[in-house]
Amino acid sequence: MDSLAAAPMSAATEPLVALRDLHVSFTGGRAPVQAVNGVDLEVARGDTVALIGESGSGKSVTLRSLLRLHPAQRTQMRGEIRVAGLDVLGLSARQLADYRGKVASMIFQEPLLALDPVYSVGQQIVESIRRHEPVSAAAARARALQLFERVRIPSAARRLDAYPHEMSGGMRQRAMIALALACRPQLLLADEPTTALDATVQIQILLLLRELQREMGLSIIFVTHDIGAAVEVADRIAVMYAGRIVESGPARTLIRAPRHPYTLALLKGRAHGHLARGARLQTIQGSPPDLAALPPGCAFAERCAFAQDACRATQPPAVTLAADHLARCLRTEATAVAVVDPAPCQG
Amino acid sequence: MIDTPTAPLDDVGGPAQPLLSVRGLTKHFPLKGQLLGGSAGVVRAVDDVDFTVRKGETLGVVGESGCGKSTTARLLMHLIAADTGEIVFDGCVVGSRQLPWKAFRRQVQMVFQDSYSSLNPRLTIEDSIAFAPQVHGVARREAVERARDLLTRVGLEPRRFAERYPHELSGGQRQRVNIARALALQPRLIILDEAVSALDKSVEAQVLNLLLDLKDAFGLTYVFISHDLHVVRYISDRVMVMYLGQVAELGPVEAIFDAPRHPYTQALLASMPTMDPDRRTEEAPLAGDPPNPINPPPGCRFHTRCPHAEAVCKLKAPRVQAGSSSAHAVACLMHEPGSGHGRAARGDTPAMAQAAE
Repeated sequence: MDSLAAAPMSAATEPLVALRDLHVSFTGGRAPVQAVNGVDLEVARGDTVALIGESGSGKSVTLRSLLRLHPAQRTQMRGEIRVAGLDVLGLSARQLADYRGKVASMIFQEPLLALDPVYSVGQQIVESIRRHEPVSAAAARARALQLFERVRIPSAARRLDAYPHEMSGGMRQRAMIALALACRPQLLLADEPTTALDATVQIQILLLLRELQREMGLSIIFVTHDIGAAVEVADRIAVMYAGRIVESGPARTLIRAPRHPYTLALLKGRAHGHLARGARLQTIQGSPPDLAALPPGCAFAERCAFAQDACRATQPPAVTLAADHLARCLRTEATAVAVVDPAPCQG
Repeated sequence: MIDTPTAPLDDVGGPAQPLLSVRGLTKHFPLKGQLLGGSAGVVRAVDDVDFTVRKGETLGVVGESGCGKSTTARLLMHLIAADTGEIVFDGCVVGSRQLPWKAFRRQVQMVFQDSYSSLNPRLTIEDSIAFAPQVHGVARREAVERARDLLTRVGLEPRRFAERYPHELSGGQRQRVNIARALALQPRLIILDEAVSALDKSVEAQVLNLLLDLKDAFGLTYVFISHDLHVVRYISDRVMVMYLGQVAELGPVEAIFDAPRHPYTQALLASMPTMDPDRRTEEAPLAGDPPNPINPPPGCRFHTRCPHAEAVCKLKAPRVQAGSSSAHAVACLMHEPGSGHGRAARGDTPAMAQAAE
């Protein structure tokens, strides 16, 4: 922690996370893959932001950049990442190790792959606590037990000695949340944490995350492709397409009055409860662009019903539609009249 | 079969006869035992499952992992052999002399979740689609011609795509190829096992539309297996809900989604994330994970998680009960008159059970 102590104490009003013009590209293939192309994102303390998008939209790459998990040799990163006053891209290897787990921590989609199979879950939590804090093994274990009870793992004392493969899917995900929270981080990064779970377990984990967020004052960045899961946990939603945030705003605004054509199409194309059976779904034609050969203009223009020539020429700037509601689109006046679905679609 | 290798197959029993009826389908997988063949137990993957699929309908199958929905699909295709149970296809017992497995498989095809691993990486997609008809005796030229026609039908222009290999296509395009391949034998029933689950939402919508169009164009019947309740509601005529290898509830899609009767179905529906930011879920309908299908709970398999469970649920396995309309069946002691459950009707008349609800 000493190496992090130099970081300036940030004021309470300053956002916990600030990404400025983040670019991430991967080299090594024939052409560099431009996975993230200028992401600006702020997350206030105690706020939950959901990043939604399809595969290849750059949502997971953005999230992993926050912990600098990409292989350094094949990754080029530009821009600025500030978390709790720290310049993440400028951290040394030693500082980075102090930062991971202590300031920001991550839970993954597949806990069986993310947890170490040869140590019991309790040992892994104890190791993480003792890496960051000068406490005895017994004290660390007592805290691990508290964490297990906190994430509501039944017969917690016994489960601490269980290996990951001995647990069920939902229990493993709870164990991974306990591990991520072991050193009381301020920021929790969640990469599709409920995608691999069954429906009845998914809602339990979503509610647990919401509860922990409230009680511990965590900030959460939650990556998902499931709009429903995003609505359940997030205060704000940011929609990504081809490595850019194309629209962001409060969850309520984004669901009820989306203004970017891509968000509109995503919400319209869902099979949901109020749709007449047999009625055709409205689809987005074509497929997402090749990240190794992005067009100069709006990456969605090719599939967009509202696109004009100007859309293909230049990158549309972010338009402020309301306080905290942004869309990167030249045609927001045309989308204002397009209504999504008047009925709130429960089920 | 021999003279007209893959002519469209005739409807045998008329529209009223179910296309597929399954009776007492059971599959237990033995666990690897001790050294001397001692068995460590069995996974009761599918346990005494009955259902029918009507001609021209889409039967949705939902349930959580380990409920046996994929095993059921594989048993239907005879990709694994059932322990017991009978499959009747349009009046003929499958595997009998009347309808041997090879003839049955021409009429029933399957589309899997993983679009990449279900295609041969060393065949062009045109050859993949033309492969099965050739096995069934169609000349190569004709088979290839038909493959190109099918590619057009699923929205892949043959001139651009026919010569490509699976790795040169996107996930959505590969799944279209798998659907075209399933259609190549002109089957009457297609089993879709999580066929759209791996696709992105925008691509999923395209493939769902394609499935609806093809169903009309070819007069197909679908068994649609998915864990996504939104998609199942959208595409199905009837829905079967499975829990730990058994049927919990089976009925018309409106009845299952608007008036579910089994406590498990109710919990499953209540677990769906809301789309209304002002009405977020406040309490999880069920606690814990589904139990292991190895040594499932005795009696009603759902009693360990059921909010209405009573002592009798531990002792007595519910039988599938037809409700007010015979179309809506449920396996729950609460709906079984005289079962001893506090909420069940005491008498033996189904009418009283209805009144008690």
